[in-house]
Amino acid sequence: MRYDCIIIGGGIIGTAVLDRLTAYRLNVLLLEAQDDVASFATRANSGIVHAGYDCEPGTLKAKYNVRGNSVLWKDAEELDVPNLKCGSLVVAREDGLKGLEELQRKGNISGVKTEILDAAATRRIEPNVASDIAYSLYAPSAGIVSPYQLAIGYADRAILNGGEVRLNSSVTAIEEIDNGYRVTAGGEMFEARAVVNCAGNNGAPVNDLVGAEHYDSVYRRGDYFVLDNTERKNVHTVIFPLPTAAGKGILVAPTADGNVIYGPTAVDTVNGDTASTADSLDALRQNVPLSFDKPAFNKCIRVYSGLRTLIGHDFVIGESKLCKNFFMAIGICSPGLTSAPAIADDLSQEIAKKLGAERKKDIVTVLPRRKTLERLLEDGKQLNELVKEDPAWGRIVCRCEKVTEAEIIAAIHSPLPATTVDAVKRRTRAGMGRCQGGFCGPRVMEIISRELGIPLEQVKKGLGAEIARYRVKEVE
Amino acid sequence: MMNDFDVVVIGGGPAGMAAALAANEQGARTLIVERDVRLGGILNQCIHQGFGLHYFGTEMTGPEYAERFRKRVAQQNIEVMLESMVLALDEDKTVTLLSPQRGLMKIKAGAVVLAMGCRERTAGAIALAGTRPAGIYTAGMAQKICNIDGYLVGKEVVILGSGDIGLIMARRMTTEGAKVKLVLELMPYSSGLKRNIVQCLDDYDIPIMYSHTVTRVEGSPRLTGLYYAPVGKDRKPVLAEEKYIPCDTLLLSVGLIPENDLLSGMDIRMSPVTGGATVDQNRMTTVGGVFSCGNVLHVHDLVDNVSREAETAGKNAALWALGSHNEQPECVNVTASDGVRYALPQRISAKEGKIRLFFRVGNVYKNGRLSVVSGGKEIAFRNFRVLAPGEMGSIDVDAAAIEGDVNVRLQL
Repeated sequence: MRYDCIIIGGGIIGTAVLDRLTAYRLNVLLLEAQDDVASFATRANSGIVHAGYDCEPGTLKAKYNVRGNSVLWKDAEELDVPNLKCGSLVVAREDGLKGLEELQRKGNISGVKTEILDAAATRRIEPNVASDIAYSLYAPSAGIVSPYQLAIGYADRAILNGGEVRLNSSVTAIEEIDNGYRVTAGGEMFEARAVVNCAGNNGAPVNDLVGAEHYDSVYRRGDYFVLDNTERKNVHTVIFPLPTAAGKGILVAPTADGNVIYGPTAVDTVNGDTASTADSLDALRQNVPLSFDKPAFNKCIRVYSGLRTLIGHDFVIGESKLCKNFFMAIGICSPGLTSAPAIADDLSQEIAKKLGAERKKDIVTVLPRRKTLERLLEDGKQLNELVKEDPAWGRIVCRCEKVTEAEIIAAIHSPLPATTVDAVKRRTRAGMGRCQGGFCGPRVMEIISRELGIPLEQVKKGLGAEIARYRVKEVE
Repeated sequence: MMNDFDVVVIGGGPAGMAAALAANEQGARTLIVERDVRLGGILNQCIHQGFGLHYFGTEMTGPEYAERFRKRVAQQNIEVMLESMVLALDEDKTVTLLSPQRGLMKIKAGAVVLAMGCRERTAGAIALAGTRPAGIYTAGMAQKICNIDGYLVGKEVVILGSGDIGLIMARRMTTEGAKVKLVLELMPYSSGLKRNIVQCLDDYDIPIMYSHTVTRVEGSPRLTGLYYAPVGKDRKPVLAEEKYIPCDTLLLSVGLIPENDLLSGMDIRMSPVTGGATVDQNRMTTVGGVFSCGNVLHVHDLVDNVSREAETAGKNAALWALGSHNEQPECVNVTASDGVRYALPQRISAKEGKIRLFFRVGNVYKNGRLSVVSGGKEIAFRNFRVLAPGEMGSIDVDAAAIEGDVNVRLQL
């Protein structure tokens, strides 16, 4: 198969680039190793839309963070992705004022509006900061977004605009051919005039496959607690400590889906490691109370950990100097989520120019607002009409998050179909509540099995893993 | 506003069915709202023996026990709404529900019986460290997949926790050909029934290690093994003694949580110990006309006790709904101390008659005296050889002897 451009990697960067490239007259293919997009760092991060004050002025991080912050809110609205511009606070004790002023100075250079607040003003924004917090840096442009839903939204819109996504297609070889590249993925070969490396934690290895610039990566793991949505009322904004060399520090934040997270830690490790450790979780238990007065570790419903790659001190973005028409967006650690739309804007423009492509005239920009039970409950009459047409709207499958069978069926038949229990979870929240799929998991499996016409034992959790492995009485 | 029903029972498991039958017997117009496609609740997946010895005088399986109640419900003039999920419950006893047959509707009740049961604690709730692979299930979920759907979740199994469902699943997975390699229990004693330890572990040579826990799990995307270690007096793992065991499945039986999320907006006094509402001897909560019974009130060991408790709640819900002059009665408080974790009911208004107090202890106690004290006097006692947290106990008191608050305690 021949394409104009192949994107390697279906994380937030790859899907955003796909979304932007499909606005041009280009045949674009995205190759994703896993059975859904947003399967690694994009599904396991803080989900923060950063303001950008803390990035070193003049870096790509600063540039794309600040620009990304303005673009991302619009994208999230167009794609119907949960988001909230709830602002952020960097909180400090008496001795921390200098640190806040330094952050503010950097922000000023990068053009980020912030305000230093005293103890009382801080508590007007967040009453639950720790009792000895004396100052804070308030950034009104910061907020939260569902990172995986944003990536899914980009993929869905791109598909509607003619883009193609191939899942289960791990790239194993890339060779230069006349006027482009031949990419081997999932046992098949694809050719394209240009290739974009958006392979996340595998960014440097993918560069090595083709012989582009070699980079040494540092892999930094961060562990998190997810709290029951009953804790949401106690957290009003994103609360950071003063940043350190290891990163932005352990935050307390609401999530766009209505939970609360504590994290991340920052542990240097090897590629692929997303196993939380008892030590790291203990570090969260000790550190969260330093900035937050109402820690509720007993309301934990899940722990998770994410891995991010650092290449030097900045993002690596643009065309390889060694391989013509081989583009890179790698080393995308924090603030990668916020930066994604701006990075995609620039990269897609550069690629389209190189390939001589013009913008399409008619493209889909706004995805239809998803019907959810939560929304329909605001208008009971419309809900009852829907139930009359299709009883699945009245059948609640996930009781914790109140997700109906109809929403699950819609996710399975969306532009980028959800084919696993985790994929359904990321799109609908079924299984994301306090019982963690204990009740709805088997039901979701049945619905996937029925809708896709596959036997139940073939329904995967995600990342290719089976859930119900054997028929009863068939085990040897 | 006229009530649509005298009594609305939320939940159609063993508690809900027994409550509805008792309410109906008092002449109340009664509705059961059940979210599943059939009545019976968790009994439907409990295909093992061990139900009904106390209530029916004969031992049977969970589905058989449920069927007896289903038949009784069908014979009575009790309305049943299946596949119906209650979304909200207001203090004026308006129930908002959603169902595929009826859509969104509000039902006004004279009295409400809460019978929603409980859910299992998850890997997330215990902040299990390690990867997040497929292969980790609560015991009840694995039971559902096995007994209802007909699939086995894995072949090499470790079980964390010794709650009854975990023990039952140890046996069930073994008889289905899986190898249950080890059961780990954080506490120095089991949280399940003694008979289940004997019949489900000992009889199948499945080892159980007390005072041990899982320290981390390994494998992605599927579980490949886990590390476990003994715990010290503080229940923290001694990592120096950590050991590895390969497995493709980890079942969790680490506690049950009464599913009271529906009550979050109501002014019902809850018990931090049971996770359920606090109730009087009629199983009425602090909101008049709202009753609670079964595992949503406190987690039971035996369904027979659930049925009996639900009958009390259902009958009194009917009396409340059909009565003309309803007020919260004056009550004495029932407290627990000296080794007794909780006693239920937490309030008593009755002035005469026999009141059965249910209780659980917080540790294994041997050779002592269980004592119920009121007004400085012991009004009931029982000498015991062994009391264990895994077995709910009961003791009867004569309400006429109560003079002031009641305390249930151990004397060793």
